[in-house]
Amino acid sequence: MFDLTLAQARDGLRKRDFSARELTDAYLGAIAALNPRLNAYLLVTEAAARAQADAADAALARGEAANLTGIPLAIEDLFCTKGVRTTAGSRILEHFVPPYESTVTANLLRDGAVFLGKANLDEFAMGSSNMTSAFGPVVNPWTRRGDNRPLVPGGSSGGSAAAVAARLALGATATDTGGSIRQPAAFCGITGIKPTYGRCSRWGIVAFASSLDQAGPIARTVEDCAIMLRSMAGFDPKDSTSADLAVPDYQAACHRSVKGLRIGVPKEYRSEGMAPEIEAMWQQGLAWLRDQGAEIVDVSLPHTKYALPAYYIVAPAEASSNLARYDGVRFSSRTDGGDLTELYENSRAAGFGAEVQRRVLIGTYVLSAGYYDAYYIRAQKIRALILKDFTDVFRTVDALVTPTAPSAAFGQGEKMDDPVTMYLNDVFTGPANMSGIPGLSVPAGLDNQGLPLGLQVLGKPFDEETVFAVGAAIERASGFTALPGIRAGAVA
Amino acid sequence: MSLDPATVRRIARLARIRVSEDQLAPLGAELSGILAWIEQLNEVNVDGVEPLTGAAQMALRLREDVVTDGGDADAVLGNAPDRAGAFYAVPKVVE
Repeated sequence: MFDLTLAQARDGLRKRDFSARELTDAYLGAIAALNPRLNAYLLVTEAAARAQADAADAALARGEAANLTGIPLAIEDLFCTKGVRTTAGSRILEHFVPPYESTVTANLLRDGAVFLGKANLDEFAMGSSNMTSAFGPVVNPWTRRGDNRPLVPGGSSGGSAAAVAARLALGATATDTGGSIRQPAAFCGITGIKPTYGRCSRWGIVAFASSLDQAGPIARTVEDCAIMLRSMAGFDPKDSTSADLAVPDYQAACHRSVKGLRIGVPKEYRSEGMAPEIEAMWQQGLAWLRDQGAEIVDVSLPHTKYALPAYYIVAPAEASSNLARYDGVRFSSRTDGGDLTELYENSRAAGFGAEVQRRVLIGTYVLSAGYYDAYYIRAQKIRALILKDFTDVFRTVDALVTPTAPSAAFGQGEKMDDPVTMYLNDVFTGPANMSGIPGLSVPAGLDNQGLPLGLQVLGKPFDEETVFAVGAAIERASGFTALPGIRAGAVA
Repeated sequence: MSLDPATVRRIARLARIRVSEDQLAPLGAELSGILAWIEQLNEVNVDGVEPLTGAAQMALRLREDVVTDGGDADAVLGNAPDRAGAFYAVPKVVE
């Protein structure tokens, strides 16, 4: 049963090959067996999941199958879930129980999904390794060949990616502010898409950097992501930046031919230190697309190298503002002080971890009097140049293909010596957030240590359909079937 | 750009995060490392470029100025560490 993709499981449910309750019970059993090793879930909502599964079975019996009826999912713990603790991976929200449901999760429930529980993540989605979670790191279900030391699943949506890769869910919600869907998907050998900014409502998702944050799915296949995104996306009046556009049939787009598409290869992504295996996989991916009739075109995105340093002004600036609400008064955790200011300062010192404190302080600094123009306004101007780069190339190409990340998954504790080393994980993913364009990561092969590598497909704003078509073409050609050692249904 | 302890103390105060005196220097060094990396942005000619505030390439909508939600004080206060009736409770502010 664990071998089924989301699409196959949906067919099986509709044909009544098995019940939603059987499917959910199987996943709950797998979580009970493997989560103690992986720490992918922070909370498992067994009773609610079984009740949702029973409701799905009743709907299926009535012949009322919605898009995701009976499909068990993991929900990243950044999405507020009504009556279910939502921590954002932070001590400061350790006891926070939202009195409302995020729009994205409400959309999934509307379409019949079953929520297995809340997935671990970097604190407030700030990180690339899931090492900053206040509730402990997540273990990547993959290990290097002949080496059992634990690797990171990537981040920030590390719990979501590990849960899907280890088959502890058929799909998961996630968020991507600088690469937090795509990099963990690549590290865990699965697929994830950050849709265009505005495609999924941000309402009810704990905010990190509001002009960059975008929700999306992580799942085993491109088609599974397409099915999930269909339900997650859509106009929401409660988010002022939500796009009032119809949601296309993304699943159909996965079956489109790439014949005649022009695929751009940005030369600035070919960094000097690029690992030969990643360069080789990139060339292989382009060859696969060429074989299917696409035209490969060299293009230039001249401001690429400035996207990440500009991101590290914009994102911390917005974070310092968004996280001002965690004051020890309104949400869950308080550390007392002699007066109100001390209460604020003590609560935030005790409640925020080191990386969150660093980013709030950087953000406060770049927004402070005398530095605002030199840092924040300059970063926003560079952001305009990054968007212009993409706008210019998308006049001549339909999509871009690049590696997702500069390396495969690394070990827990590696890249921790200085913050910038960790930040550089997002060198290929960050530009899409700065410009708002959609980006998908799809597994393309294994490195010589047996770890998965991902390719990234970038598309025009609101043209996720072409991104899905190109991603599915790479997926078909790669025939990627490798599986991690730690997974449900495997003989341990 | 290097942040001295006095600057770190000032930023921490603005951010309402308690930083102990012995952490000011190491934290300053860490933040300076990040800012030094960011300094490369000064290479870029941004003359005449309009700042881009967000990724949403559309005009913001206006909505009717009407109440659409509310009246949920108990649900909202359910997460308060301390409350007094329908209010959040904090240490005395006005003497």
